[in-house]
Amino acid sequence: MTAALLLLRRELALSWNGGGGPLLACGFLLSLAVIVPLGAGPRLDQLAHLAPGLVWLALSLASLLTLERLFERDFEDGTLDLLALGSLADEVVVGVKVLSHWLAIGLPLALMTLPVGISLGLAPGQLPLLALTAGLGALAFSFTGGLGAALAIGARKGGLLIAVIVLPLFLPPVIFGAGALVAQAEGRSPAPALALLIACTLVAAVIGVLAGAAGLRGSRT
Amino acid sequence: MDIESRSQDRAGSMIAVSLKDLAVRRGDRTLFEGLTLSVGPGEAVVLTGANGAGKSSLLRVVAGLLPSLSGEVRFERGGQPLDPAEARARHLHLLGHQDGFRSGRTAADELAFQVGWCSGTAEAMEGAVRRLGLAALLPLEVRRLSAGQRRRLALARLLAAPRPIWLLDEPLSPLDARWRAEVGQIMEAHLEGGGLVLAAVHDPLPLPARTCPVGEAA
Repeated sequence: MTAALLLLRRELALSWNGGGGPLLACGFLLSLAVIVPLGAGPRLDQLAHLAPGLVWLALSLASLLTLERLFERDFEDGTLDLLALGSLADEVVVGVKVLSHWLAIGLPLALMTLPVGISLGLAPGQLPLLALTAGLGALAFSFTGGLGAALAIGARKGGLLIAVIVLPLFLPPVIFGAGALVAQAEGRSPAPALALLIACTLVAAVIGVLAGAAGLRGSRT
Repeated sequence: MDIESRSQDRAGSMIAVSLKDLAVRRGDRTLFEGLTLSVGPGEAVVLTGANGAGKSSLLRVVAGLLPSLSGEVRFERGGQPLDPAEARARHLHLLGHQDGFRSGRTAADELAFQVGWCSGTAEAMEGAVRRLGLAALLPLEVRRLSAGQRRRLALARLLAAPRPIWLLDEPLSPLDARWRAEVGQIMEAHLEGGGLVLAAVHDPLPLPARTCPVGEAA
């Protein structure tokens, strides 16, 4: 338990130290939010119609951008060896690293979707639901991303490989997250889509941790 | 409870490592096969061999970071076999070429993490910092340390979290003459305390040690 807390503290410190992981990802998200309305023209009603999908597209791409650093630096500098020789199982190591990725990067990104939603013309009444679904979705993205990043350890062009592995797995949270917002905009209950989003997050947690640990073990050969 | 378990650890730290008929393959090349070696408490064994002979791979196999093609690695305490996974997690230090220090963080932060990760105490860390003359270096970022200073920082983990099995990959190579002698004394103290050392080297260690050739010469 203490070892897990120790690792979590180091991971959080590292994500704010050098390279500014969260700031970079948030900046990317915001620039997408600026580009899309400029590119799509001034028809705000049209844009508002697309807003849920665009917000989720921006969130998934911004999450993807930060994944390469999740294990690669640790692999290069030998930290993974040290972690392997500790008392925690590989599954716990992956779980802790993914959680810290969510805390340090996923949550700030989820908050950042609010100004993005506003700039795309999302109704103000939808912002609480957007924050909730984006937070859950970012957690699912972190877990699936952990899987991709662990499988890509040591690969040349690892970032591209991660994108190819992970983007298809990002689809279910995107569908149900945006679906909840669309349902609410159309006056239906967002609860079914929300429940499915939670289910997706739980599945991502189980698969991400198990496959991620397998990826870590594979990187040692 | 902590003190008790620690004193138990010390009394029961007489751990021996034995390798039986070990073969290791990297890619499509067999590095060595039929390697048998046993290292008991208080013993130092140096692995010698040409570059690429498989010394580092052997250390990683003992640490459980690489699978072996055949043969086995056994850990024993007083003749009783230990569970390899637990022995590796609790009784073994590996000091490799890559020390796991992140260059952008301070030496103090990184050492504290590694010592904590290996269940060492803050007091033991202070002692290790004094023994290895690191006090002035701790506030610096790791990227500003020289290779020798970095190696001393890595060695501080071994002192601050006492574990009987030390696997060392060229432990002395970046150190100057003075620190080679000092680290030699540290290793001797470790052996006297019932620990064991298995080291891959090119230059001999400054202490009595058996030699085990690795690779084609074996």
